[in-house]
Amino acid sequence: MEPMGSIYIKPSSLSVKDLPWQIYWDKEKCTLCGRCTSVCPVRAIEMGVFRKRTVNVDVNDRSAASNVHTIYYGIKQQTEVARACIGCAMCDLVCPNRAIYPLRSDEMDKLRFHIDQGGEPRKRGGRRNSPGTLLDQIKFTRISMLTDPALDAGRHEFELRTLLGRVLSPEEMVSHMEEHGWSLPVREIYPLIIGSMSFGALSPTMWEGLQMGIAYLNEELGMPVRMVSGEGGVPPRLLRSRFLKYMILQIASGYFGWDEILHAIPEMKEDPCAIEIKYGQGAKPGDGGLLMWYKVNKLISAIRGVPVGVSLPSPPTHQTQYSIEESVAKMIQSMYMAWGFRVPVYPKISATKTTLAVLNNLSRNSFAAGLAVDGEDGGTGAAYDVSLNATGHPIASNIRDAFLTLTRIGKQNELPLIAAGGVGKSGNPASNAAALIMLGAGAVQVGKIVMQASAGCLGSEGDRCNICNVGLCPKGITSQDPRIYRRLNPEHVAERLVDMFVSFDTELKKIVAPLGRSTSLPIGMSDALGIADANAAERLNISYVC
Amino acid sequence: MCRLFAVTSDVPLSPMEAVGALNVMKEGHDGSGVGLFMTGLGGELERYKELPILSGIVTLQGLEKVDQYMSERGFTPLYQIPFERSASLPSFTPKREMYLVRVYHTPKDREWDMLTEKERQDRYIEIRLALRELGLRDQSIIVYAFWPDTVMIKEIGDPVEVARYLGLDREGLSARITLAQGRQNTNYSITLYACHPFFVQGYATMTNGENTAFVPIREFLSSRRFPGYVGYESDSEVFAHILHYVHKWLGLNLETYKHVITPLKDESLGVHPDGEELRRLKHVMRPLIIDGPNCVIGCLPDHALLMVQDSKKLRPGICGGRPGRFVFSSEMCGLEYMIPDRDKTRDIQPMGTDMVTVGEDRKEMRLWSQWDRYTLSRAA
Repeated sequence: MEPMGSIYIKPSSLSVKDLPWQIYWDKEKCTLCGRCTSVCPVRAIEMGVFRKRTVNVDVNDRSAASNVHTIYYGIKQQTEVARACIGCAMCDLVCPNRAIYPLRSDEMDKLRFHIDQGGEPRKRGGRRNSPGTLLDQIKFTRISMLTDPALDAGRHEFELRTLLGRVLSPEEMVSHMEEHGWSLPVREIYPLIIGSMSFGALSPTMWEGLQMGIAYLNEELGMPVRMVSGEGGVPPRLLRSRFLKYMILQIASGYFGWDEILHAIPEMKEDPCAIEIKYGQGAKPGDGGLLMWYKVNKLISAIRGVPVGVSLPSPPTHQTQYSIEESVAKMIQSMYMAWGFRVPVYPKISATKTTLAVLNNLSRNSFAAGLAVDGEDGGTGAAYDVSLNATGHPIASNIRDAFLTLTRIGKQNELPLIAAGGVGKSGNPASNAAALIMLGAGAVQVGKIVMQASAGCLGSEGDRCNICNVGLCPKGITSQDPRIYRRLNPEHVAERLVDMFVSFDTELKKIVAPLGRSTSLPIGMSDALGIADANAAERLNISYVC
Repeated sequence: MCRLFAVTSDVPLSPMEAVGALNVMKEGHDGSGVGLFMTGLGGELERYKELPILSGIVTLQGLEKVDQYMSERGFTPLYQIPFERSASLPSFTPKREMYLVRVYHTPKDREWDMLTEKERQDRYIEIRLALRELGLRDQSIIVYAFWPDTVMIKEIGDPVEVARYLGLDREGLSARITLAQGRQNTNYSITLYACHPFFVQGYATMTNGENTAFVPIREFLSSRRFPGYVGYESDSEVFAHILHYVHKWLGLNLETYKHVITPLKDESLGVHPDGEELRRLKHVMRPLIIDGPNCVIGCLPDHALLMVQDSKKLRPGICGGRPGRFVFSSEMCGLEYMIPDRDKTRDIQPMGTDMVTVGEDRKEMRLWSQWDRYTLSRAA
C-alpha cells in the first residue's frame, strides 16, 4: 500500500478498533499517576502526549477567529501486534480513580490474522476458547422423596473419600487370603485432586501457597487433598519433608526434575502419594509439555537440571516408549520399583477416541493403579493456540465409555478412573465433579479453577489474558520474575485454596445428600443423572429430561 | 414402606401364620401384594426334601413349554400342590391360569449321578433362568425358584385375601422357616419379578426401603459372570445376590456380608482392632456398599435367619422369641402376634453395625456387632 501522508501502513498495521480489546480512558478522572502503564504486562498502554488544536471563533466578529494549539498528557493504546491489549484489566485494578479499563471489541478482531509474525503461530496459556461445558448441563434428577428420606447435608456424616491404587478384585482377595499374598498400595484420598501444574509453570509463591493450603487441609481439616507436581520437579526441601506424602509426583516425557527426585529418594522421610506418568494432556493432546525460555531462570534451571534461558519443550511421547504393551508396562513397574512397590503408579493420557485401547491394556496390567483422562477443556501453561482450540476430545463421553468398558469386564473398582478437563470451567466445580463421578470417575482433577479461585487468575475462555506462557502473569501466578510474583502472597493463596476446598466439600454434600448417598462416593450412579439433550443422554446412557 | 416378617420354628407352621402377622402390620403396607418364601418344609412336601421344587405362575401355554423343556432336561414331575382357589378372586389380583409348586424328580441317568453337588446346583439355576427366558416375552411363565426344599409364592393383592384365595391354609402346606413380605407399592404396574423375597441358590432376602446405590451395585454383580445375577426388576434384589456372592461365590464368612454392605467409617476403622484388614475389605468391596435406607431379613441355605440394617439405621426391625421359635419382624406388633409369651426383655432391635442371627437349632438369637473382632475367613 502506498504511504498515506506521513503514516506508512503495513499489512499488519492495526487500528485500536482491530484489536480484541479497546482501552477506555477517561481524561477527566485520570490523575496521570502512571500506575496503569507500569502494571500493564504487555505494555499495551503508554503515557502519551497529545497535541490539540482549538479553534475559537467569535460569532460577532469573524475576523477575531484564532487557533489555539495545546498539548495534554494521557494514556495511549498501542496497536503493534506484540503489544495488543490482552484484556487483563490490571489497569483498572490499580487505577485510583476508575479512569481506565479495557472493553471487548464489538466485532471479531483482526489481530488474529496477524499474530503469526515471523511465521511463528500463536502460543498461549489457558484453555480452549469456548465458554461452558456439557458438564454444566447435567442435572441430578433422582432425588429421594418420602419413599426414602433425603439426607441432611449439614448434619449427616459423609464419607466422600476415593481410592487411588490398583484394588484387588474380590476373587483375588480370597486367593490372597489363602496364599498370604501381598497387594499393591492403595491410597484413600479426597476425590478432588489439584492437577498437574509444574514448579516452573507456576511461580514459587503460587506453589508455596498451594503447599501451605494442602498441608492445612490435610492436617487441620482432615481432608486428604493431593496435588500433582506436574513435570518440573519438586523443590529439594519439599522432597525431604513430611509434606511429600501429599504430592503425586509426575514424570513426563522430558523427565525434568527427575534427577533431583531420584537422588532424594534415600533421604525421603515419607513416600509420595503416587506417581503419575504423563503421556498426554487434554489441552494439547499429542503434544509435549512446554516451558518457554522466558520462565527458565536460575532457580527453575537448577530444579529441572537444564540450562538457563532456553525453552523446554518435552517430546510428545516418552522416547523410550514404542508400544503400550511392553514399554508402558515396564515404565509402570520401574516406577513402582523405585519406591519398593509402596507407591501407586498410574498413567495420565489426554482424552481421545483411542482411550479404550489404552484402558484395555491397562486393565490387563495388574500394576496400573488407575487411569487419568484429561479432556479437551483442560488448561495449560503454554501451548499452540491451534492445539488448544482444535484438538482434543470432550471428557464426559470418554470417561463414560471407559467406565462402562470396565464395568463390562468387571474391573470398575480395580482400576480407578480420574477425570479432568473443564471441571469448574463455569464456576461449578462441585456439580461438574459430581457429574463426572456419577458417570464413572473415581476422582477428578482441577487446575485452572485452582488458579482462578485461590490466586485470582484473570484468564478466561473469552481469550482474556492467557499469557501464562511468557511469564508475565499480572497476578504473579505463572511468572518467574520476582518483581511480578512477589505480588502474590502465599498465605493468601493458601487461605483461598482452603476456602475453595471447604466450599466444594459442602456443595458436594448438597448434591449427594438429596440422592440419599452418604456412606460412599456414588461412582457410576448414573441413574441420578439427567440432561435436557436427547443426543447427549443417549450417548452417555443417562436419562433425557425436559 | 413394605412390611417384613420371618419366622423360624421347630414345628412347621402354616404360611397363614406369617400372613396373619403381616395383617397386624397392615398400617405399614397397602395390601398391593404378598411374597412368601418357605423352607424346612413340613407336611406333604417334606418327604421330597432332596428334590427340586419349581415355584411360579404359568399360563396353560406356558405349562406346555415347561413340560416340554423339563422333559428334555430329563426332569419328571413327581408331585404338585393343588391350588383349589375356593374363595373369590381378591380385588386387584389378576386371574391366573395356574399357580405352580411342583416337585421334580431329577434325571435318572448316569450323567446326573456323576455330577457334584455344586454342579447340580448350577443346573438348577440354569433351568430356572431358561424357563424364565422362555416365558418372559409372552408372560407365559413366571418362575421364582427351582430348588430343593423351597417354595415361593408371590401374588398381587391383599396378603390375607390372596392367601385365602389360594387356600394356603390347606393342611400339609407348612414350613419351619417362612419369610413373608407385605408389599407397599411404589410402581404403577406391578411386576411379580419385583416382589420380595428374592431367591438365589438357597439364599433368600427381603428388604424394605429403597436402595439408592442400586445401579452401581447391579453393574458390579452383573459383571461377576455368575448367571444368576440377572433380573433386577427391583432394587432390592441385589441384597440376595450380594449375600450369595459373599457367602457362596466367594465362600466367605457371614460377618463379611455385613462388613461388605455397611463397612465401618474410615475413622472407626482407625480404632478397630482389626481395622487394617477391614479397610482392605472395604476397598475391594467398595461397589457393594449400600447406602440405605434398608432393613434386610435373609435366610441362608443352612436355615439360619439374619437381620441387618443399613449403617444409618433408617428402617424398623425387631427380633425376638423363645427357644424353638423366633421371629424377625418389621414391627413389634408382628412379633407380638406370633410369640406373645416370650421374654420381651430379650428382644433385639439391631442398630447400624449389628447383625442378628438364629441358627437352625433355634436355641438363641446371636447378636454380632461390626465392632467385634473380625477375621476374613471361609464360611463355616
